[in-house]
Amino acid sequence: MSLALSLPYWAETTIKTVIILAVIPASALTLGYVFLMKTMAHMQSRLGPMEPGGFHGWYQLIGDGVKFIQKEDIIPEEADRAIFALAPTVVLVSTFLLFVVIPAGPRLVVENLDTGVFFALAVSSLSVIGVLMAGWASANKYSLLGGLRAAGQLIAYELPLVLAVVGVVMQAGTMSLQGIVNFQQHGKIFGFGGIGLPLILTQFVGFLLFIAASQAELTQAPFDMPLAESELVAGYTTEYTGFRFLFFYMAETATAFALAAIAATLFLGGWSVPWVHGSAADVLGPFILGAKVMLVAFLIYWIRFTYPRFREDQLQAFAWKYLIPISLANILVTAVFKVVF
Amino acid sequence: MAVTEQQRRAYVASQAADARLNVELQTEDMTLNIGPQHPATHGTLRVVARLDGEQVVWADVVCGYMHRGYEKLTEVRTYPQITTLVNRIDWLSSFANEVPFILAAEKLMDIEAPPRAQYIRTILFELARIANITLFIGTMGADLGAITPVFYAFRDRERILNQIEAVTGGRFHPNFDRIGGLKDDLPRGWIDETKSAMVRVREFCDELEELLMGNEIFQARTRGIGVIPADVGLSYGLSGANIRASGIDWDLRRDQDLPLAWKDLDWKVWTHPDGDSFARFWVRLQETREASKMVDQMLDGLPAGSIQAKVPRIIKVPEGEAWVHTENPLGEMGYYVVSQGGLGPFRCKIRSASFNNVSVLPWVLRGTYVPDIITILASLYFILGDIDR
Repeated sequence: MSLALSLPYWAETTIKTVIILAVIPASALTLGYVFLMKTMAHMQSRLGPMEPGGFHGWYQLIGDGVKFIQKEDIIPEEADRAIFALAPTVVLVSTFLLFVVIPAGPRLVVENLDTGVFFALAVSSLSVIGVLMAGWASANKYSLLGGLRAAGQLIAYELPLVLAVVGVVMQAGTMSLQGIVNFQQHGKIFGFGGIGLPLILTQFVGFLLFIAASQAELTQAPFDMPLAESELVAGYTTEYTGFRFLFFYMAETATAFALAAIAATLFLGGWSVPWVHGSAADVLGPFILGAKVMLVAFLIYWIRFTYPRFREDQLQAFAWKYLIPISLANILVTAVFKVVF
Repeated sequence: MAVTEQQRRAYVASQAADARLNVELQTEDMTLNIGPQHPATHGTLRVVARLDGEQVVWADVVCGYMHRGYEKLTEVRTYPQITTLVNRIDWLSSFANEVPFILAAEKLMDIEAPPRAQYIRTILFELARIANITLFIGTMGADLGAITPVFYAFRDRERILNQIEAVTGGRFHPNFDRIGGLKDDLPRGWIDETKSAMVRVREFCDELEELLMGNEIFQARTRGIGVIPADVGLSYGLSGANIRASGIDWDLRRDQDLPLAWKDLDWKVWTHPDGDSFARFWVRLQETREASKMVDQMLDGLPAGSIQAKVPRIIKVPEGEAWVHTENPLGEMGYYVVSQGGLGPFRCKIRSASFNNVSVLPWVLRGTYVPDIITILASLYFILGDIDR
């Protein structure tokens, strides 16, 4: 973050950390409220989440939060206490690191890394470690099965997630997320620069692959095998209660927000619209990005509410037999066009 | 050719090496207890599965966690009191449990309910079927991870329960059937309301056909999963939609002569040749739609007249034995009533469908994967009260 006033390194780092720590619960609550409660309630004609507090059930989220905090913190006797307690934090760290590189304006980015895309996709898979820790340390067979399923799934879908992005990186010619946004803002469609060049137009296949793979990264339906509530009770979160469970829950929702933000940045132009420039973009950027994130997140949650879940082997086959070959073909086609035009 | 000492030693050594290798490669089996407290069993069924990885090597069903001793309890109740008990066997279609018991008592007393009562009984029977199977369609989706259908199912089942409540006063446990007839006649305006509810049921079936049954993932999860061949199904005593999904055209509503309205109706018994989880789902969905059409026909052809035959004030059933079974939502349900001329039965054997339906599980679960256990459990469709009684 290049603030106008110069701060010592420690102060700048502290400010950045505090900002991200504020963004994580805020984004999780927003998605949780808008999609997990209201959209879901509308789509499924649920009555409960529309009741509490009168207007549109606004009180539901607060009620849920208070409930989670009140719960007793139970650690199973057989559990590996230290690892058990650490696991939710490890998952949350992965989410935390994801937010580091997402730009919300020309200067509103915590750290503008040259390898931004690479960094984001790398840290998003850190959560596997936390999930595995939770699965092993819970001393519960359902948790163990859930943890192992999650590990297998996240590793399998990491590959299509990365490959889907390669097309974007090739076209923009940079791995920096800020650079990709600039490319889209200033791009031209056959010489017409009115709407920039949102990469979803040329990388539509890549966008679909990215959404499918991030759905799997988030362990949401139809890829919610690790949490499959009708089989594994609650997968690796079975033994968690209260605040620790809330950590998992928040990490999942905040990661959904982060991945939607990355998808919006890579394919929809991020914080930019072509007619907003300079310092105006620093003010409007977060709102533009937020609107695009909501669009992508709606897609993710819409799929989640509609589809049944894959079986483990079908899930792996889907990744290896369909997503990866399609993304490789996408890279090939992109490369050919890049050379030809 | 004689075996030299050297050859013998080499053979023993190779055998030992093979054995060692097998021991080293053998993975440890894990025993997974699914239930008695588990979301997929919808109650307190316990499935013990020995797993190799995620594959089931051996499985068994342990039931009886909810045994309430209804067969014994019937011996200390009078006949009119027993409907209250049998309501709670298959609690999602309570009225359908009352009918065969009352019919058995009527058979022993040699009386028959008037035609109007027979029709209303059949209507309520089919409404109970729709209410029950609507929920099955929803929970099948929920067990496969689709969270939306179950809420649609609850929403649309509500209309059926409202109609049942309007007649009987009870949403789940109507306790409405009487020996020789019914407690009350239909309320005013009920016929039109029920007809519009039936339209809604058919819309629900169409909706679920598009939302769930046509879904590729649903098909991939259910087609070819948990195949029960017809002969295996018959040998385990499967009944109802489970056996019709294996291609056996057997429906007690059509295949026997009971004093109920089914014989007057124009309807079809649905069967499916595959015998897999998808077939069981498909047959039940068709049956729900068929039942709604049957209700429509019965509402149109409802005879006038009394709803109660003449019975003595204190009901004493003459000595004898009677067996009546009907096609309940879950399958064949029957009562074998032994009377010694008292106020209540001397002995009453209850044949409930789910007990036999889950007995096939050890056979069908072998070699499947953990997620398939859930698919098969959901598609066989049991009610815990119906297993344990």
